[in-house]
Amino acid sequence: MTATTPTLPPAVRGSTSVPRRDRGRILRHLVPLLPALLLLTVFFAGPMLWSVYTAFTNSALSGTGAVEFIGLANFERLLNDPSFWHSILLTLVFVVGSAVIGQNTLGLLIALLMRGRNRATRTAVTGLVLAAWAVPETVAGFCWYAFLYRTGTLNELLQPLGMSQNWLYTAPMVAVIFANVWRGTAFSMLVYDAALSEVPPDLLEAAAIDGASRWQKLRHVTLPLIRRSIVTNLMLITLQTLAAFGLIFVMTGGGPGTASQTTPLYMYEQAFKFYELGYGTAMALVLLAVGGIFSAIYLRLIRWED
Amino acid sequence: MARRLATYLALLLIAICFLLPFTWLLIASVQPASGLSAELTGEFSLVNFSEVLTPETVFRPMLNSLVISGGTAIVTALVATFAAYPLSRYRSRFGRGFLLVILFATGLPITAVMVPVYAMYSRFNLVDSVWATVAFMTASALPFAIWMMKNFMDGVPLNLEEAAWTDGAGWFQSLHRIVLPLMIPGLTVVFIFTFVLQWGNFFVPFILLLSPEKQPASVTIYTFFSQYGQVAYGQLAAFSILYTVPVILLYSAVSKALGGAFSLTGAVKG
Repeated sequence: MTATTPTLPPAVRGSTSVPRRDRGRILRHLVPLLPALLLLTVFFAGPMLWSVYTAFTNSALSGTGAVEFIGLANFERLLNDPSFWHSILLTLVFVVGSAVIGQNTLGLLIALLMRGRNRATRTAVTGLVLAAWAVPETVAGFCWYAFLYRTGTLNELLQPLGMSQNWLYTAPMVAVIFANVWRGTAFSMLVYDAALSEVPPDLLEAAAIDGASRWQKLRHVTLPLIRRSIVTNLMLITLQTLAAFGLIFVMTGGGPGTASQTTPLYMYEQAFKFYELGYGTAMALVLLAVGGIFSAIYLRLIRWED
Repeated sequence: MARRLATYLALLLIAICFLLPFTWLLIASVQPASGLSAELTGEFSLVNFSEVLTPETVFRPMLNSLVISGGTAIVTALVATFAAYPLSRYRSRFGRGFLLVILFATGLPITAVMVPVYAMYSRFNLVDSVWATVAFMTASALPFAIWMMKNFMDGVPLNLEEAAWTDGAGWFQSLHRIVLPLMIPGLTVVFIFTFVLQWGNFFVPFILLLSPEKQPASVTIYTFFSQYGQVAYGQLAAFSILYTVPVILLYSAVSKALGGAFSLTGAVKG
């Protein structure tokens, strides 16, 4: 991406003196960036820095009562809170189940199956997968709520098999994982479709001539060639899934009980329902730190790709 | 032959699995007195649509959505265009650092940022303010918008501007007269992408906007669902469809114009 970045012509007008040219350069560099810098500082970086302060206080939402500085107490409480660790575990299950395994594998599978298919098939399948991606989060939540509800579509279909049950109560984590696979697979499919189109066909033909099976071709030719796309994709979908809120909130509200309460939902409950803003912020910082680590790894990866 | 058949069967199965959750939405919306299953009763009626097409249920929230997502998309596209210009045109250590920070920020979970944002907003009395919500949405959309915009701008050749620079044109003139006209497709993508994302954004307005008359459809549709507990699922389906249609239309417009979401991932990968 940097290969095409041009450099500034040394001087715009021949006779300008060095300091003036420097000042002009700084102006040209900085002025167009100012609105973005201002917005990002005030509304993005500002709150995050503020949160570092809030996390060390006993601040509550109501605003009454003095805010006291309580140091690391919020973090200590976090470490000793079984509900928090439970939510971390559920978040891990959710990310691994729906993103790393679900979306990633299904996206790759669909992209592989679609190679060389006719236009009509491709349009129909891609259209449906993309539609699931395009619908707003809340609507996706309603669709899955209705699909899995006690009197919903899935149970109508399963009734002859005698397997109908209220899935949102009996298997809430499985339910939200399936819903998130449905909703997010499009992204992985697009990434892998693009990656597979860059695999040279003659390599696959050569492998076929040598008698490689379909699986062997995938394992020894295709996968090694697209490994960078795989890693990049895994990073991006992990980041997208880590803080998923709306879908789970609409489908189960974190319940029954806390059976599907991932960390973002627990954070919401603590900060906005129990008015424990300081404690909620400490949790937000943990989420931000985890997101930050993944984001930094992602950055290293794409720089390494250049 | 058998292998081909297996492939098509697998694709058919996948297509059915992706279609099934939609069936309730499509069927319940056009059947009066629908429940939560996609059972065909043979009755067809648009009564669910006419029931929800009132100012309080659909029109006002959709108008709010339009103002909030439209405002966010316009400001984001504008600010991102300005910011992308020096990042794409001049090479400097500051620009490179800024770009890294931007890219890093695209990965941060917005859900987690919301708690501190709420704390700050309530401190400065900005909760329940539409403009302040738009300002935060813009800030959260900016990192990715700037990144996309910079990549699109890198694709505009430089030699046209060099002539303008020798004629003494400043950055604004070069951007406005030369680069921007060539960037209409990129600008459209950034605008529509931001618009669609914010149209569907639930968590941010859910936390920052409290008065029902200020809330966008993404929030009121949830209130509609959770407050009317056991009634009107047909109406919920009808509302969901009305709320989703603009997004689907915009997506297909982009795909027609630019080869689709495929170009979006191109922008993601840089």
